Formats: sequence, C-alpha cells, structure tokens
Amino acid sequence: MTDLKTLKQLEAESIHIMREVVAEFKNPVMLYSVGKDSSVMLRLAQKAFYPGKLPFPLMHIDTGYKFKEMYEFRDQFIKDIGANLIIHRNEDAIAAGTNPWQLGTDKCCALLKTQGLLGGLEKHEFDAAFGGARREEEKSRAKERVYSVRDEFGQWDPKNQRPEPWHLYNAQINPGESVRVFPLSNWTEVDIWQYILIENIPIVPIYYAQEREVVNRKGILIPVGENLKTKINEGEKIERVKCRFRSLGCMPCTGAVPSEATTVEEIIEEVVVARRSERENRVIDLTSDSSMEQKKREGYF
Amino acid sequence: MTGSLKKDLDLLRFCTAGSVDDGKSTLIGRLLYDSKSVFEDQMQAIERTAKRKQEDQVNLALLTDGLAAEREQGITIDVAYRYFATPKRKFIIADTPGHEQYTRNMVTGASNSDLSLILVDAKQGVLEQTRRHLALAQLLAVEHVVVCVNKMDLVDYSEARFLELSEEIQGIADQLHIKNLKIVPISALKGDMVVERGNRLDWFDGEPLLNFLETVPVQRELKEESFRFPVQLVLRPDSEFRGYAGQIGSGSVKVGDAITVFPSGLSSKVARIVTYDGDLQSAQYPQSVTITLEDEIDISRGDLLALSNEAPAVDSQFNARLCWMSETPMSLGKKYLIKMGAKVTKVMFKEIQGQLDLAHLKELPADKLELNQIARVQVKSLGALPLDDYQTHRHTGCFIVIDEMSNNTVAAGMVSLPQKAS
Repeated sequence: MTDLKTLKQLEAESIHIMREVVAEFKNPVMLYSVGKDSSVMLRLAQKAFYPGKLPFPLMHIDTGYKFKEMYEFRDQFIKDIGANLIIHRNEDAIAAGTNPWQLGTDKCCALLKTQGLLGGLEKHEFDAAFGGARREEEKSRAKERVYSVRDEFGQWDPKNQRPEPWHLYNAQINPGESVRVFPLSNWTEVDIWQYILIENIPIVPIYYAQEREVVNRKGILIPVGENLKTKINEGEKIERVKCRFRSLGCMPCTGAVPSEATTVEEIIEEVVVARRSERENRVIDLTSDSSMEQKKREGYF
Repeated sequence: MTGSLKKDLDLLRFCTAGSVDDGKSTLIGRLLYDSKSVFEDQMQAIERTAKRKQEDQVNLALLTDGLAAEREQGITIDVAYRYFATPKRKFIIADTPGHEQYTRNMVTGASNSDLSLILVDAKQGVLEQTRRHLALAQLLAVEHVVVCVNKMDLVDYSEARFLELSEEIQGIADQLHIKNLKIVPISALKGDMVVERGNRLDWFDGEPLLNFLETVPVQRELKEESFRFPVQLVLRPDSEFRGYAGQIGSGSVKVGDAITVFPSGLSSKVARIVTYDGDLQSAQYPQSVTITLEDEIDISRGDLLALSNEAPAVDSQFNARLCWMSETPMSLGKKYLIKMGAKVTKVMFKEIQGQLDLAHLKELPADKLELNQIARVQVKSLGALPLDDYQTHRHTGCFIVIDEMSNNTVAAGMVSLPQKAS
C-alpha cells in the first residue's frame, strides 16, 4: 500500500520497533553476536535514534569459541561506532572446560550460550533484549512474535503467545518477566545482504570465500588450522577448499560452504540461487527435528 | 532470476485462511515449492518424515508447520510467517489456522496484510467458514481478496461447478461490499493454475494465482489519505535539537506544512524532516522519520501529529468493533488498558451494542463478549483521544486491549466513526 519497496519498508518497520522498546522499557540491551544480522540491526539502531547516540548498551555473549576474525572485527567495529559493549561469558562453565566434543553440542550450547545469555541479562537487570533472529531462518522462529515474552527463567512458551495484530506491541510485563525483541523478524537472508550492499555495512571478512583447510564431516566443511581448536577424528582427511561461512557461530560447530564469492554482490547471487537453507552448516540445528524449538523453550533467543 | 538481484522489489503481504483440510498448507507448500523457494535440506527433512510414517506422498503441509506439537497433531496452531520471492516481487505470507476457535489468529494475520487469500473446497462448496473468512477480510479492511476454489481435481475440473461456486462467492462479497475480489480455480495438490497453468483448466481465461499475486497493485493513492504521525519518542540529544520520532501511519508531509498536535490542539509548522541519511523535503507512509517544528510546543510520546486541515475527531466516547482474544470474557465497566498508536491509556467498555454473526453476516443483540467473538461496543476513555475510522485509517484507527491484571493482550479493536456528511 505504498511505493516504498521492500527494503525501505522493512527498515521503517525495524526502526519503529526499536523506538517502541526504548520508549516503553526501563533497561533495554541489544544482543550483538558479531554476525551479519547484528551488523544490520546495529545500523538500523543508529538510524532509529539519529541524531542521538544509541540509548542502550550492546552485549556480546562470548563462548570463547568464536573465530579470531570475529573478535578482531568486533573490537574494531565497536570502537569505530563508539558504542558501549558489554562482553559476558559464563566464566564458571568456561573454567570447567565446557566443550562440544565431550558434552555434545546441545549441552555445550545450553551452558555457554543459553546460560551465558540468561546470566548476562540477570546480572545487568535488562528487561528487554533485542536479538537479530529472523522468522525465515528456522521453522520454530517462523512462529515467533516481535515481542517474545519470557518468564523468569527466560523460557519461551510457543503455545501461549500473545496475539500481535497490526504494529501494536504490548510492552506490559509482570515482575521477573522480560521480552526478547526481534526487529528483523520479517527480513530474509537476501534482504540482509541487499541491505549490507546498499548501505555499505562492514562485515566480518570470513563471510567471503577463500581457500581454507577443512575436514568434510557428514557434508559439512569444518575448518581446521593452527588457531582453531577443531579436533580431527580418525580417518578424516584435511582438504584445501575455497569456501565461505554463510552464518557464523562457534568454530567447532560452524561449517563452511563451498563458494567463489569474494564480494557482497557475489554473495547475493549465490544466496538467491542457493538450494540449501542458511543454517544448513550449523551443526547445532541438526541434532533433532525440533532442536531450535527446544533451545528457545530453554531460554535461547 | 539473477538479473533482478540488486534491485529492491515491491513487497506484497498476504494472509491465508481456510477450513480444516481444504488444502491451505498444501497450497503454500506448492507456491514455495514451484517458485523454488524450498531448500533441498528442508525438502529432504519432510521426505524423511514421509518415509518414517510410511506415506507415499510427501506432505507439503509439513513445510509450514513449525512446532513439534503441530507436526505431532497434524494441525496448524499459530500464525506462521513464510517468505518467498520471485523475480517480480517479494512476499510475506501470514499463514493462519482456519478452525473457528482461531479467529484471533486470523485477525492477527489479516491486520498487516494487503491481500487475503481464502480457500474453498470445490467438492464441499461454500461453508460457514468461507463467509466468516470473507467477513473478516472486509472487517480488517484488507484491500484485495482472492478466493481459490481448490481441489478442482476432485470435481473433474468441472467448469460448471466452478461457475456455480463463483456465483455464490460473488454474492457474499457483494453483500459485504468487498470491491477487489478475484476467484481462481486451482488444484494445489496437482499444481494446476497455482504457479503453472497446467492443461486441465483450459476453460479458465484468467491467469494463474502466482501471476495475479505478482501483479496486483500494492500502491494506494496517497492523496486520498490524510497525514497521521503518532509520536513515539522525543529526541533531545543536545540542547539545540528537539525532534519527534515516529513512523508515518498514513499520507505524506512536507517541510513548511501546518500541523496540529492532538489531543492538545496546539499548532506549528514542519521545520525539518530528519533522517540518518540526510534531511528530506517530504516523507510519506510508512517511513520512520524525525520531525522538528518551528515553534517550541508541548508534545510528548503518544501525541498525534496531523495536517491542520485534516484533523481527526477528538473524543473520550466512541464506538469500536472488538475481536475478543482471551479465554476470560470481557467485563463491562472494568478498566482495561488500550494501546492506540503510541498512546497507552485506560478505557472502560460501557455497552455491547451488538454481536457480529460472521457466518450469517448480520448483527445480533448480545450481552457478553467471549473468545473469538466480535462485537460493536461503546468505549469510554480516560481523557479525549484523536480518533480515525479504521476503514479509512488502517494504522491509526486500530488498538489493542490489555488486561491490567494479567498483562495479556485480550482484544483487537477497530474504531468506527459515524460516516461524515460531505
């Protein structure tokens, strides 16, 4: 009902959501995961409050297992835009040597990511947390609200969600409850990349293709190398493959996809003709038919 | 497909509604599958499921049912959002369950849609549900309605059957004053007239469903709409700057326009339209901008800016249609919160003037309002509110009702004002 095209409509919608949260919550935070969606979300936040500064801090839930390039990018990018970044780690779990090889990915995620997130939110008493999740990414996320109300344990109850008609978001919550807010709900992977292109938004360089040493584990290319902590199993062969990361997570659980794309334009071309979904390389989503739903029920965003 | 990649495309938001088993999920699966928007790994996942359950045909409905409980029970519980694109347009589907008890989901899905896609089973014909879905599309002021007469394969692709059903559907639409109606015969299961024409419906001279979705106009004449701007935030980064941040709900505005603030009635002129990407000379629905004024006047969150010559009504008593969405029925005389635009305020419902019987398209006397019922009520608000009729102002004429005790959203409301004498 407008002559604004898709990206401009999505931009306006996201900005509207962020302004509502800042107006109606006492202590919001923006979860910053260093990935492409976080980069877009951050640009939208800059737009929403211009000419003012960001009226909330950013928080990175660090597992210690992120790629070196992600940490470098994070520190430089945050300095460049002058934002206030909180880095939160579940130090107890990290000190206890939590890792996916012994505990399995589900347990490792639960401790380092979900518990890390809940701990960070609790420590700083945040009542609203922006996350860059998109409905298109995964089938349980397709059922998420823009304002996702969580109980005092951060849990999501998919069968008991508030209706959310029009663009009217209900910010009334009970003591102990909080909301996860998803301003990018209606964006697709292609929208994100097109926006990165037209807005010239900086991204972590490992999104681009380069030759990497990898092992092929059930069709997922797991990077190996000196600064990576990947364990090589018996019988696995190290290969050099030109590949890129389509979505970024922890090193042991993020696979690369074969790719020739070295520019954002080339990435868009690959994404549009892609025959496999964006999270295909995320080992953590594949453990069962409802892995993501289960994680969200436990407090993941 | 590659040629149009970098171009920003039009966006069509549509909602789908159907009764149980009329093939809605199959149709969406078909649109996604035939437009190549389903990924191999997603397809493999549902093929694995079909194998496990020893079904011979892959169930495309499994592509849209995202929750474990939905897959177990084989039903859709909640609104699911799906995304696909063709070289011509991007689409957002709000897929809503069709059972009667889920009226609240359909209202939610339709509230943000430009088009409502309704399914009718060619064999079963027009049901009560069909009337209900058409009435909801009209109530929610959805601009376009497409009725797909599905399962044409079960009636031997009979033109006579289609014409008979078309006439009945057209009759209901006329009764509801639905202007933009399209009726298409399809078989979602076999793929006829969805993305491809197929060759079994040669007698149909219209275009396949996807062609229609790709070309139906999404531009509304902006000049017909008055400028509305609910103020979300007052931005004051320093002592020099005082701007009002919000999203334009309808119409357009330009620098120098005379504006009035509601409900206070104070006036000024637009000094600047500020964005991160630079100042604008004019802005329109649905842009999010920051407006500064020539005079320092008292404006806070929840106020509404409008052009001085296009004022909304201002009143503390008004009529509205309410779709009740809570298991606890509405209480007359109880205080509720409403959120309208960026304003949260208290209201009381004074009187139920009639309940809408969606299946028979008439209003019945009623003294209560329960889950999934729709009624016309009289509202009294704490203080006067700027009011727009929902049918002409889809973004400012609506509100949600919040129960102060549970904090739940218990109803969707639509303001209905008496027709202005012209």
